[in-house]
Amino acid sequence: MIATRAIASPTSQPRLPRHVRLHRDRVRGAWALLSPEKILWPDEPSLAILTRCDGKRSVADIAAEIATEFDAPITDVEPDIIAFVQDWSDRMVLRL
Amino acid sequence: MTALGPPIGMLAELTHRCPLQCPYCSNPLDLLKADRELKTDQWLSIFEQAADLGILQVHLSGGEPMLRPDLPQLISALATRGIYSNLITAGASGKPDAMARLAEAGLDHVQVSFQGALAETTDLIANMKGAHGKKLETARAATSAGLPVTVNAPIHRRNIGEVAAFIALALDLGAERLEVANVQYYGWAYLNRPALMPGRDEVLRMADLVERERERLRGVLAIDFVAPDYYARYPKACMGGWARDAFMITPSGAVMPCHAAASIPGLAFDNAATRPLAEIWEHSSALQAYRGTDWMKEPCRTCDRREIDFGGCRCQAMVIAGEAAATDPACSKSPHHGRMVELATTEASAQSPDYIYRRIGAAV
Repeated sequence: MIATRAIASPTSQPRLPRHVRLHRDRVRGAWALLSPEKILWPDEPSLAILTRCDGKRSVADIAAEIATEFDAPITDVEPDIIAFVQDWSDRMVLRL
Repeated sequence: MTALGPPIGMLAELTHRCPLQCPYCSNPLDLLKADRELKTDQWLSIFEQAADLGILQVHLSGGEPMLRPDLPQLISALATRGIYSNLITAGASGKPDAMARLAEAGLDHVQVSFQGALAETTDLIANMKGAHGKKLETARAATSAGLPVTVNAPIHRRNIGEVAAFIALALDLGAERLEVANVQYYGWAYLNRPALMPGRDEVLRMADLVERERERLRGVLAIDFVAPDYYARYPKACMGGWARDAFMITPSGAVMPCHAAASIPGLAFDNAATRPLAEIWEHSSALQAYRGTDWMKEPCRTCDRREIDFGGCRCQAMVIAGEAAATDPACSKSPHHGRMVELATTEASAQSPDYIYRRIGAAV
């Protein structure tokens, strides 16, 4: 049991919780994030982050990879990713 | 109206059999016996068709789905196709190792209902001695098997004061999610409404509590709130809109837009054991009947919210306004809204009659 709200930082190692699953939907040709009562349809930037949330990479690692992939300065990327994983963790669809 | 897309979710009611007798059960008054239930291979075929059709989530419900000995096989078929499986159980009838077997079969999530946060409340509402203890065992077996758990708490007059205790229970069980679901008054719940309806002040206090607790437990426990229709300002988008992206199948295979749709006269339901699911989704007259917005009358027809709540619930319109195509009387714009609120407040302030417990032959 998680007793307190997790706070995102560059050293957090986010992962999908057991009740959330990323699924390639062939009928719609899109990625769906499946959870008990909800289905989310992440856009491309969200997917770039979510597919790297494997519990091993840190937020800093993810930021570095995405900065390279999207050719953006890491100083811009990292705060965005921290905000993203905090928001998704608060909604219980990511675990930090 | 936007074009019809593939459905996302399907509720499979595997059986009406259940050891519990909750007076607000969402099953119809006319309960089906075991001999009417679809066979394993019929469900397997339906699940294959569902996956081809684009369904991403299947809720396995009942009755008590754990009474079906083929449950692991059904779950495994869903897992093979990547469908998210959610078991909706009362948690009062499984064998000790049942959860581990279902986890092994590929189950994604378990929802366990608790009729009360306290044992005496659960046992009274379920009309089953020892039910609460069994539910605790089931929920713990699920988390031990690595399965994520939602606690479902149907709320009414008898347990509306237990919401704080429900939250404590969900945390204690290690649940990720709690559904505080005000009872919706169709079928059995409609029959028992005078015994179940809470007062407006209690409802407002509960809603405040839920709001505060949600904030306090952000990132720890997700609390979903199903609002009480009778004291609402706007109706809920029932099922997200009639046959818009989800539907349900009864134990005998009838495809319906929602649990209670059989209460609307004149609808003919197709059977998924005899007609292809894709055809039913597109052409079933019952699914077409109130799909989209074309069927609407005033005040829905020109309302800004028509694609937000889709006119609310057809079954509630039927039972309160006397017409399925009317605006859901939960809406403050309905001419029947005042009467509905009055019904609720009058019943809530009167003494509770005895429950008519859910069992075959009790209501028909």
